[in-house]
Amino acid sequence: MGLLLQLLLTGIAIGCGYALLATGFVFIHRVTRVVNFAQGGFAVIAGFVTYSALAAGLPHGVSEVLAVLAAALVGLVVGVLIIGLRDTPPLAALIMTIGVGFCLWALEVAVWGDQPLQFEGLGGVFAVAGVSIQYQYALIVAVTAATFALLALFFGHSYLGKVFTACASNPYAARLAGIDVRRVGIIAFALGGGLGGLAGVLLLSLRSLTFDSDVDLSINGFAAAIFGGLQRPWLALVGGVVLGIFEQLIAGYSRASYQKAVSLFVILAILVWRAARRREQT
Amino acid sequence: MPDGAGGPVLEVTDLVVCYGAAVALDRVTLQVGHGEMVALVGPNGAGKSTLLNTICGILRPAAGSIRLAGRVAQVPEGRQLFPDMSVEDNLRVGAWTVKERNPAWIYDLLPKLAELRQRTAGTLSGGEQQMVAVGRALMAKPDLLAVDELSLGLAPMVVEQLAEYLKRLNAERGMAILLVEQNARLALDICPRTYVLEAGQIALEGPSEELRQSQAVQAAYLGGRAELMDS
Repeated sequence: MGLLLQLLLTGIAIGCGYALLATGFVFIHRVTRVVNFAQGGFAVIAGFVTYSALAAGLPHGVSEVLAVLAAALVGLVVGVLIIGLRDTPPLAALIMTIGVGFCLWALEVAVWGDQPLQFEGLGGVFAVAGVSIQYQYALIVAVTAATFALLALFFGHSYLGKVFTACASNPYAARLAGIDVRRVGIIAFALGGGLGGLAGVLLLSLRSLTFDSDVDLSINGFAAAIFGGLQRPWLALVGGVVLGIFEQLIAGYSRASYQKAVSLFVILAILVWRAARRREQT
Repeated sequence: MPDGAGGPVLEVTDLVVCYGAAVALDRVTLQVGHGEMVALVGPNGAGKSTLLNTICGILRPAAGSIRLAGRVAQVPEGRQLFPDMSVEDNLRVGAWTVKERNPAWIYDLLPKLAELRQRTAGTLSGGEQQMVAVGRALMAKPDLLAVDELSLGLAPMVVEQLAEYLKRLNAERGMAILLVEQNARLALDICPRTYVLEAGQIALEGPSEELRQSQAVQAAYLGGRAELMDS
């Protein structure tokens, strides 16, 4: 029973991290119709920046904020590259995001090398019903909850949030209404970069950090994102948490190496289900 | 020629727009003066919406030029509102290019919208949605309001009311209006000057009163069937 509870709580926390990544996928896709496979790269950049900032003597908190801002900046630049040109088809843009992912690898290897690095997260443990949980996991859940609350405020009450919603609802109508949809799309990339960066600083302190850590993160984030059809952030949160729990349960009760297959299986299952549903509707 | 003061707010010269190999607009030249109300009429597929979308920067011309002395905003065909957003939010997103985003002045101008402000746009009637579309375009404080098919799918009484709003906007605020309409009778009634677009070319232009007397216009748009290009 203790193991089950531990796996559930850990799974929820890891899943929250995936949900942050997934939300980045969702925001970018809703506004630009581009599936951004460089999303995991934003997380890894943030991880490396956190490592360097801590190594340079900056305190925790400042280092992580800097890292998230750096990831948002990288997101902005990637946004300009991907959709800066008028009328880039979404499929071409998708291929470009994969290319950008490789460019980020090259940059990371050049700056930080190709050997695994590690940085400390929030240390210490606390007990829940007799089960020990790292404070870092509680931090991930708290930051995710705060981020989703802020996003709800942003979309519900800010002007830019309304413009985002308009662009997501009907980009053509948004253009007719005079909105610069490309500029909003680039801002969506920056927001996606920031969310990816947040996931990176939270998740990557729990594992070793290498230039190719983004592959796992991108796959898990994408799997969570398609739970809501790449459209609904709240369903992406649910998807992330379900994915995180499944991963932990499989790692806990079966073989740890199987957990990586969970997200791939989820992606496959959802895509097959969606294709079957579409066929039924037509 | 435009009779508004201070030269044209819109000057389109030899405009060519293509969809692939198909030429949608062929050397179209058109002017709208400051404070002028101009109609653009023509049959389905003549290129009216293409011209409007090109003027508004949605489409890119293959040749020719568009000179705008000020800001243009569009009331698009089919309203193109955001159905899940409130009327107020629909209005506010129209103010992307300006700093003033409070729709209070729109409520003064179109009081009906103040009553509907919290309703979601998708739940409104066609006439109310058209009013929101007009209000949203006005939020951009345009010098030229480009209205695409004001009457499409609306009851005659509603169209009459909306036409009155446009005339008031033009008379009281001096806003130039380019009205694209399939309903030639309505367009000729409310706009002093009219262009007739057929098969991507300007077939006729002049004061609406004169065009109304033209046999070709009467035959093609006010009850008959003849095509202007053939007459």
